[in-house]
Amino acid sequence: MNTISNYIKSLFLIELMKGLILTGRYLFKRKITVQYPEEKTPMSPRFRGLHAQRRYANGEERCIACKLCEAVCPALAITIEMEEREDGSRRTTRYDIDLTKCIFCGFCEESCPVDAIVETRHFEYYGDVREDLYMTKEKLLAHGDKFEKQIAADRAADAKYR
Amino acid sequence: MVNIEIDGKKIHAREGSMVIEAADDAGINIPRFCYHKKLSIAANCRMCLVEVEKAAKPLPACATPVTDGMKIFTRSTKAVAAQKGVMEFLLINHPLDCPICDQGGECELQDVALTYGSDVSRYAESKRVLANKDFGPLIGGDMTRCIHCTRCVRFGTEIAGIGEMGTIGRGEHMEIGTFVQYSLSSELSGNIIDLCPVGALTSKPFRYVARAWELVQRDSIAPHDCVGSNIHVHVKHDRVVRVVPRENEEINETWLSDRDRFSYEGLNSAARIQAPMIKVEGEWQETDWETALHRAVDGLKQVGSDDIGALASPVSTLEELYLLQKLMREIGCGNIDHRLKQTDFSDQEAAPVFPWLGQAISDLEDNDAVLLIGADVARDQPIIGHRLRKAALGGGKISSVNPADFSCHFPQLASCVSTNMLEELVAIAKALLDKSAKTAAPEGFAALGKSVEVTDSHERIAESLRNGQSTSVLMGEAAINDAQFSAIRSIAILIAELSDSRPGYLPAGGNGAGAWQAGALPHRKAGGRPASVNGKNIAQMLASDMKAYLLLNTEPENDCADTGAARAAMEKAAFVVSLSPYSSDAVMAYADVILPVSPFTETSGSFVNAEGRRQSFEGVVPPLGESRPAWKVLRVLGNLFNCDGFDFVESSEVLAELATEVGDISRDNSRSWRCPESLGSSVEYRKPPAYAGDGIVRRAESLQAVARTRV
Repeated sequence: MNTISNYIKSLFLIELMKGLILTGRYLFKRKITVQYPEEKTPMSPRFRGLHAQRRYANGEERCIACKLCEAVCPALAITIEMEEREDGSRRTTRYDIDLTKCIFCGFCEESCPVDAIVETRHFEYYGDVREDLYMTKEKLLAHGDKFEKQIAADRAADAKYR
Repeated sequence: MVNIEIDGKKIHAREGSMVIEAADDAGINIPRFCYHKKLSIAANCRMCLVEVEKAAKPLPACATPVTDGMKIFTRSTKAVAAQKGVMEFLLINHPLDCPICDQGGECELQDVALTYGSDVSRYAESKRVLANKDFGPLIGGDMTRCIHCTRCVRFGTEIAGIGEMGTIGRGEHMEIGTFVQYSLSSELSGNIIDLCPVGALTSKPFRYVARAWELVQRDSIAPHDCVGSNIHVHVKHDRVVRVVPRENEEINETWLSDRDRFSYEGLNSAARIQAPMIKVEGEWQETDWETALHRAVDGLKQVGSDDIGALASPVSTLEELYLLQKLMREIGCGNIDHRLKQTDFSDQEAAPVFPWLGQAISDLEDNDAVLLIGADVARDQPIIGHRLRKAALGGGKISSVNPADFSCHFPQLASCVSTNMLEELVAIAKALLDKSAKTAAPEGFAALGKSVEVTDSHERIAESLRNGQSTSVLMGEAAINDAQFSAIRSIAILIAELSDSRPGYLPAGGNGAGAWQAGALPHRKAGGRPASVNGKNIAQMLASDMKAYLLLNTEPENDCADTGAARAAMEKAAFVVSLSPYSSDAVMAYADVILPVSPFTETSGSFVNAEGRRQSFEGVVPPLGESRPAWKVLRVLGNLFNCDGFDFVESSEVLAELATEVGDISRDNSRSWRCPESLGSSVEYRKPPAYAGDGIVRRAESLQAVARTRV
């Protein structure tokens, strides 16, 4: 029985027809291909792109050197050194993220008790040399300053799910 | 023994013990904050509530004695509900600052909250906030975090013997603090950092240095006093960042003195030298080891072997001291000494093979009576002081004969303060002789003691020593370094013999006893065998214009009894080689070669403590820069001098050779009677400054800050 049905299917090229029908249907459907970089896909506020360090509205850096992100980082990409600043507060003297190690899992952002380290929507970055992909505290803070509006809006949009 | 059952597990518990002790012995965990096995029971945190069969309410495990047939449930619904309730109350006022708290990651409250805490707080009212308190340069006080377990207060009154900490106010207004705004004065104060279950009391030098999970814990031995406290050294990125006690019931129990705890700052001091240095035409230059070692050997060879003096600090390891004396004796020089602060050497031939405590450290607390001679135990050997305090609190009668009023944290029977300690001791011996009819006074004593007046306190001291079953006479650093040490020793041992007490010593430095065993002495080789050539002792060396000096871990201008004379002698010497982890302006001025050697954390070695226990340890971090373990440097010096028997590969081989040479050491502090010639005269006693015992401590900034507060 099976042999007969296979024979008929192959004789009338039924499977080939099925495939062509699917192709034909997509041929006349609305196209979803995006003309990157002129066009871009919509992005979730949770998008995990390049990291940034945030500041409070008064300009004070948020990071308190608790080292939770360093501890949680599965790729060991984060290096932190800390000190007691002159005013007695706990601050980092060094906060580095090695982007060549980072796997963009977002654990650092999730573990941060003060929302200091965040992953932004920005993902279009490059480095000519390795050092370019080694984010220092200064670079991270600068990146945070540049995108603060977007970062804050994204956190606000996602707040009810957190 | 009683039979009880905890969580269905049948346990034999000691009668009279508390439920929590039985559970701890059986490995069953009951959460607790205020309970600590070394402190009295307060039962004020209520975290250890457990359900007991037939008891109406949950009972605190730390204050409930076991009874036969008792059935205890630590994880039943009722017990857990009680524990969760307590946890919620404890967290009401505890701030949520774990991310900036140094205790984060090693916090008992954090750990217990993970199991018993709720994930959401129901408390919406305002939290209590307190101002930070200043407990001095060593201990930081963030009192908002305090959960009022009162461990620190109980430690102060029960262990440290200081009533400086206490609680003020009740309920919501309760505060822990010092009554007067003083920093803590106890030499054991650092232990409250370990005791505090939360981050209220933290180490100031360790503030924001590292997280608990970044540290690697390695074992070592503390080098600063003759106790040989066992320590854990916490290392981050090959740098020592913290020292905490390692439990050893026979030595330091769970405690550690401040000096041993905070001296690690000296290891990271900027004064550490990282490369060998030689002086060329008055200018210092860094060089490589080969050049420096050859320069040292050439310089020493140009001087006759009789004109070389070797000085070693008693914080050096057994191996280093042994190799130093072996090297010096191989090149025909007997001028070796480690007794840097001693001034009277006249009876050194009669000294014991090594000065020891006369008993185990743990036996100290069982003494019925102890006579301390020139011993500032509370400051010099805080752990010994703690053991003696236990003896005193247990009814032991401690008395002292000191050259100055040494502050003491336990009740004393009598305290004789005199700059002529000999006179006081003669009076005590006279009091003992008067009462014992059967013993005749030894030859010459009657004449010696004729003019001495026996007072009431001498009588009482004599009586306490005579009546006690287990009694000791201990000589401390002030006695050993006294100008009439030989006479003091004679009389002290006479007192011990008359009262059937154990004579004992509290030698200076972490390896004072070991230095005697290793033979770092002018008149004795390793194991106490007489030296073939009797060399000069330190006083003779400094007085006789030696042409060259070899210094091991010591800065004579700070370490010697007569610092001025020592410095002058160093400056006068034509050639000085300094094996030291540190340099200073003074060393730069007089030395010609500086060989950077490793302190105790960077070398393997052994220390012998006062009870004669030899404790070996490994290096916990690699040597800093180009510095090298001193035993290796001495070994190569031996090779360069073409001496035989210097082909050691590991420090354990040095120890093995030393052990065979030393053999079984007779632990005997007795000596035959030699009558002092006169009662001597009183000499002005200058108390050595606090925390100045060795190079590491002198460079520990926080300890020096404490020293400055204790003028």
